[in-house]
Amino acid sequence: MFRFIARRLLQIIPVLWFIVTATFFMIRFVPGGPFTAEKAVTPEILRNLEAHYGLDKPLYQQYFDYMGNLLLHGDLGPSFKYASRTVNEIIADKLPVSIELGAISLGIALVFGLILGVIAAIKRNSFFDYLASSVAMIGICVPTFVLGPLLVLFFAIHLGWFNASGWYTNIDRILPSATLGMVYAAYVARLTRGGMLEVLNQDYIRTARAKGASEFRVIFRHALRGGILPVISFLGPAIAGILTGSFVIETIFQIPGLGREFVNSAFNRDYTLVLGTVILYASLIVTLNLIVDVVQVWLNPKLKFE
Amino acid sequence: MIRRFFASFLSIIAVALFLTGCGKRNSGSSGYDAPIGEDGKKLMVYNAGNGAEPQDLDPQVVTGVPEHNLLMTLFEGLVSEDPQTLEPVPSMAESWDVSDDGLVYTFHLRENAKWSNGERIFAEDFVQSYKRMLTPAFAAEYSYLLWFVVGAEDYNKGKLDDYSKVGFKALDEQTLQVTLNNPTPFFLRILASHYAWYPVPLKVIAQFGSLTDKSTRWTQPGNMVSNGPFQLKEWSPNQRIVMERNPHYWDAATVKLDQVRYYPTEDISSEERTFRTGQLDKTNELPNAKIDAYRKNFPESLRIEPYLGIYYYRLNVTRPPLDDKRVRKALALAIDRESIVRNVTRGGQDPAYAVSYPGTAGYTPRAQLSGDLAEAKRLLAAAGFPNGENWPHVELLYNTSENHRAIAEAIQQMWRTNLGVDVQLTNQEWKVYLDSQDNQDYWVQRAGWIADYVDPNVFLEIWTTGNLNNDTGWSNAEYDQLAAAALAAKNDTERYEIYQRMDAILVDELPVIPIYYYKRVYAMNPKVKGYWPTLLDNHPLKYIYIEEEPEAAAETE
Repeated sequence: MFRFIARRLLQIIPVLWFIVTATFFMIRFVPGGPFTAEKAVTPEILRNLEAHYGLDKPLYQQYFDYMGNLLLHGDLGPSFKYASRTVNEIIADKLPVSIELGAISLGIALVFGLILGVIAAIKRNSFFDYLASSVAMIGICVPTFVLGPLLVLFFAIHLGWFNASGWYTNIDRILPSATLGMVYAAYVARLTRGGMLEVLNQDYIRTARAKGASEFRVIFRHALRGGILPVISFLGPAIAGILTGSFVIETIFQIPGLGREFVNSAFNRDYTLVLGTVILYASLIVTLNLIVDVVQVWLNPKLKFE
Repeated sequence: MIRRFFASFLSIIAVALFLTGCGKRNSGSSGYDAPIGEDGKKLMVYNAGNGAEPQDLDPQVVTGVPEHNLLMTLFEGLVSEDPQTLEPVPSMAESWDVSDDGLVYTFHLRENAKWSNGERIFAEDFVQSYKRMLTPAFAAEYSYLLWFVVGAEDYNKGKLDDYSKVGFKALDEQTLQVTLNNPTPFFLRILASHYAWYPVPLKVIAQFGSLTDKSTRWTQPGNMVSNGPFQLKEWSPNQRIVMERNPHYWDAATVKLDQVRYYPTEDISSEERTFRTGQLDKTNELPNAKIDAYRKNFPESLRIEPYLGIYYYRLNVTRPPLDDKRVRKALALAIDRESIVRNVTRGGQDPAYAVSYPGTAGYTPRAQLSGDLAEAKRLLAAAGFPNGENWPHVELLYNTSENHRAIAEAIQQMWRTNLGVDVQLTNQEWKVYLDSQDNQDYWVQRAGWIADYVDPNVFLEIWTTGNLNNDTGWSNAEYDQLAAAALAAKNDTERYEIYQRMDAILVDELPVIPIYYYKRVYAMNPKVKGYWPTLLDNHPLKYIYIEEEPEAAAETE
């Protein structure tokens, strides 16, 4: 197992290097720069600006400077758009918000998804199954940028229970997390239902029942362990999706998270902030995939660390 | 083991959900509600949506409109704006004299001109602030706004090393003398309306690093010192900026609000919903689709106000067939502007038949684009494209946006029906689009121009040869001479006559096709008072207040 993890970690290094390098050059070849503005600046002022930020050096030089600062000091550089902030500060400031939003959403997705999925599987082809499946289908089909405003219209404007936007008190967490969580709850429900149905037909479940185990024990002790495997493999992409997909939610609900910075930095051609967020998200995603792989083998005796 | 793992995981989530459910709305800390002051009374708070997150709060670093709103709350220049007319009124300077030739301005600073830390502001503070702005290594983007002053351009470009040769002089502690290159009759208006002319607290900035370093921490809450009616209290990026009264402000008695809170609101639909729950007193914008609903349901909250800006199409006159003046005129005449403002933009905009904005500081262009469809067809045929025959490939470029697309589609249709010519629509992401504009890589490009100060010069100077915002390839010697003559004109009457001739040249030559004059459309709580529509959408915060509702009446309802 440790050899497996060590080998995977070694594979991650060239992957990350490639992502950083490709992003560094790709963003430079996009037309327009950080100082392209509607009211044009004079060539002299533009030269001063480029000198101020070291953009007047040859591109390869800038690349080596950047990589040097990154590897030796963990320094992601100053933001071009937000003059008095560094990329490290922006990430340190915004990432916890995105993680909080993501964690609550994931919690909602798992709790509702698992409950719906298990009910649908036990009461197969009954009214509950159709209801749970329909709810799941709607959750998958309605995009967050539709669901979010609908929830706000009803719960915030019509009923007045919540603020329409903001991220100040605990109650402000509910609508955005519910919006983001519902989509994934729907996937989790469908995967759980499928996984459970497959497992419930297996011999060892019949054995458990024959031994006189209670139905509750059969479902939660014996069946769920196998039935949940598809959900586990889905968690890797789901977490990645929740993290990067938080952009829409953060915009709709005016949440000061990293998703907004990630997308807006590209529009602003804020080169260093683009790179910083890409590096962060890439590292998070490869790490999460590794963890999911490990957990999967650990849960499923049929798989081995190979 | 696994069961235990899941059990603890689920219980953590359950606890988290429980905790998040325990908050209460209107608990005072919700980020929007008015806090209670020391005397037990509710503070008077003004909550406003403000578009994008600001780049920074250093007036010499930033360039955008959201930043402008924040800075005019925090700072004041030598003169400031009348809240209704925007005409210059005394501020840091209590009076000023202008020499007979209009070149030398002498400002007399008031004795109680102070920073928010209580320190006095002297004439030398202004001289040194402008030195920072003009230092090449500091690379201030708006430094060219100071180039009206003798030697400023050379110093900024590094051609002049001796700052004492630049036309800023502190004659004594309270007297500042500014010497201009040209009489520049709108000089005081720029001074009043543009933050590039605000002083900065150099002593404070120096505590946090080099004066020419843009990335120091002096604009952080706790560090920042300013000289306007309000001072910075909190800055939570992408969340809100809170300002409170500045007790050392020279005119603190006029200030009524206790707090001003600005919220970055990039998503205008979300902003509108936030306004409807009462969290905001004013939105920055209103989605077009909502205007009719507001007219019907909340007319008291809907604000539609003149805005000193014009929406137009730039034409690349170096590319055939647009190099032919007759073609340009035919295209301009074939647009039904009334229909566009009535059916497409729908925000009360006025159709534009000239480039200058009517009623800008008393100036209204006399020359108007005129001619009917028959004239347009005749011009097109004379240029070699009768009924659109032989019409080459032409694209209409706009930056990706629903509103711009709707207008472009309407105009594309008008050109097809009225003239028989086909243009293709192309959209580009904002910075790519700006890059195409800079490189003149387009045929027809949608564009707009919003004034920085109230003077017709802002709309006319950009079409001179070599102006960086011209970008059409159009150049006209007579026009350039007139522009130079206008800056040297003795008085406004003489100057405005010159502008009339420039406007006439523009509607004859048409390097740009005017389409409509902007309107500012937004929603505002009717309880906000001391707030007047102004051409620049500037609303000095020191006059604004919230009308208190009688508490008893609110209870009984």
